[in-house]
Amino acid sequence: MVDLPRTDPGAGISRPAGWEGIVADWSSDQRAFKNVSWGKAMMWIFLLSDTFIFSCFLLSYMTVRMSTVEPWPNPSEVFALNIGGRHIPLILIAIMTFILISSSGTMAMAVNFGYRRDRLRTAILMLATALLGATFVGMQAFEWSKLIAEGVRPWGNPWGAAQFGSSFFMITGFHGTHVSIGVIFLIIMARKAWRGDFDRERRGFFTSRKGNYEVVEITGLYWHFVDLVWVFIFALFYLW
Amino acid sequence: MSQVARIEAQQHHPIKLYLVVWGWLFVLSTCSYLVDYFGLVGYLRWGLILLFMVLKASLIVAVFMHMAWERLALLYAIIVPPTLVLVFVGIMVFESNYTLFSRLAFFVVGR
Repeated sequence: MVDLPRTDPGAGISRPAGWEGIVADWSSDQRAFKNVSWGKAMMWIFLLSDTFIFSCFLLSYMTVRMSTVEPWPNPSEVFALNIGGRHIPLILIAIMTFILISSSGTMAMAVNFGYRRDRLRTAILMLATALLGATFVGMQAFEWSKLIAEGVRPWGNPWGAAQFGSSFFMITGFHGTHVSIGVIFLIIMARKAWRGDFDRERRGFFTSRKGNYEVVEITGLYWHFVDLVWVFIFALFYLW
Repeated sequence: MSQVARIEAQQHHPIKLYLVVWGWLFVLSTCSYLVDYFGLVGYLRWGLILLFMVLKASLIVAVFMHMAWERLALLYAIIVPPTLVLVFVGIMVFESNYTLFSRLAFFVVGR
């Protein structure tokens, strides 16, 4: 490939601090994100677009909830479970939240060990992340079956506003799909780390680019985003 | 220094940092769950839910997603656009109130 002349992409450039530096980075015909690799920048831009998709779901949920004349079903009761003879409100969702946060913790450590070139710990932590993610999806499947058995449908439910079901299935379904895709990617990347692809710069089967440990961080960005979206869903749909 | 080596140099944080943030996320999640458990209502409930939500989201983005150590040009390019969603929220609040008013004024009464 012809190496096109370009401005120095990285740390060598001295920039004024704060806003003046941002303007200097963005102005003129040059790369805006100097020391940020294209892979990471593109993942961030994809996540930004995904943010808008989930924003639209949560906004439509807000709109139907604010405009309905029927009472909104109480999520605290809908998602309660009887454990050991005790009736605990919202407990299933709380456990799911802790599981997803734990998976974010193991992912952050996997990235860290990746940059230390510790391939076994990286792979094991990524597999742990995938396992926690799969557990989350399993609990979501349980939650869906329970609600469907109780008569919740996208067009109605026994407790009040019909829009509850449509918002619930749309938002949690889309989020669960994201988690499932993340689990698949984590397993693929963990296999690559385990095999030493990132140490030997083995080329990827799809992109044919040299492997390196930054891929672990980019996978991690996606995974943390899934956790981030759950923070908003938990607060705005389940707790509100 | 090659680009990969440079990235590796700037991303060396002690594991303890992640464990501390993990702990805080657990504490904040427990707090938001307790808001529901104790059945708080009204502005106190909504305020606390939003507070814990924003704190958790900031911790995840800043530390777990390494945004705190990224170049400002990237940080602002990613963080500023989502805040514009708040304008959309404002528009839809007006719209929902109008829809609710129409339903109450023209449909519920006749039933």
